[in-house]
Amino acid sequence: MDIKHPAKAGSLESNDIYVMVEPSSEEGIVLELDSIVMRQFGRHIEAAIKETVTKLGIDNIRIVAKDRGALDFTIKARVETAVKRALEE
Amino acid sequence: MEGCRRSMLFMPGNNPGMLQSAGVFSADSIIFDLEDGVSLQEKDSARLLLRNALQTFDYGGTEVVVRVNNLTGSPYGLADVEVIAPAGVAAIMLPKATEKEIILLDKMLAEIETKTERTTGSTKIFPLIETAYGLMHLKRIISSSIRIAGVLLGAEDLTADLGIKRTRDGEEIFMARCQVAIACRAAGIDAIDTPFADVQDQEGLIKDTQKAKALGLTGKAAINPRQIGLIHEVFAPSPEEVLYAREVITAMQEAEKEGKGVFSLHNKMIDAPIISRAQAVLAKARQYGWKEGENHA
Repeated sequence: MDIKHPAKAGSLESNDIYVMVEPSSEEGIVLELDSIVMRQFGRHIEAAIKETVTKLGIDNIRIVAKDRGALDFTIKARVETAVKRALEE
Repeated sequence: MEGCRRSMLFMPGNNPGMLQSAGVFSADSIIFDLEDGVSLQEKDSARLLLRNALQTFDYGGTEVVVRVNNLTGSPYGLADVEVIAPAGVAAIMLPKATEKEIILLDKMLAEIETKTERTTGSTKIFPLIETAYGLMHLKRIISSSIRIAGVLLGAEDLTADLGIKRTRDGEEIFMARCQVAIACRAAGIDAIDTPFADVQDQEGLIKDTQKAKALGLTGKAAINPRQIGLIHEVFAPSPEEVLYAREVITAMQEAEKEGKGVFSLHNKMIDAPIISRAQAVLAKARQYGWKEGENHA
């Protein structure tokens, strides 16, 4: 399944993450991540984002995420919201 | 939990930092808000964030309540309940509650409890009484479901509905407070007072809470963590009350030993309502950590 249009969720407040998604011309999940804790948790955040997108059944997507120290529960919720918004007619 | 809700702290449901730290403020209950505390554009986002938070965090001894959007008057309320209730909450708070909506919510919760293998009736309901209709039909609203654990009086919306001005002294809600207190006491459920809006005005908060307590309300909602301690102080029994309650119980025990049906203390006859009040004061004192024989006076 592919998303229909661009969408976004979250914010740039501390403890939150700002997620933008858009249809991708490339195959798979293309992720551009920027985080204040990139060195310590970059790989973990990337895995959480990709796991959420995969669980939602999305095959091809481009994601730009700006993290401000969000925990997993927030990362997953914001990604799910952005994807669901991008699937709406 | 009945009688233990001295404070119920409102927190916006779309703020990750607040969802993470909500358990540290020593409030008896937290009310995560999906209604007025969340903008229309973020209702979907807040719902999913709160669901994930509820599945992630253990808020310890703090009771978790979620204020959903109105079930029939908004397009968000039904989805709020469908997403939030399965994640596990102690209670759902229903704004502008009517009998019809409580019956609908009761049915939805029963279905969700069956699906998620929770005890039927374990999810409680808190109606928000904040309309003239709600106040007028309070008894019927409270009787609409056995899940109802208490009522929250919402003075801002109520005064708007009545077309009257909301003031610092709160004289305009005197009757509403009395009605809520009497109806809740009669039903054996909690009567929670409306929040005090000025978070800087500590003296005003204390006076407002004292007024609510004097009229029979059992707790108060808060909109800022700094209000919690003051609310608890007001609802705590005074050292004099605890001392007198202990004297009553001791005198009662001695009278029982001597086979006396009626007895007096300080030249006043002690009867069943006074004994009952003394027992309630001591029960509350124990909630506040007072130990038998300890003298705080």
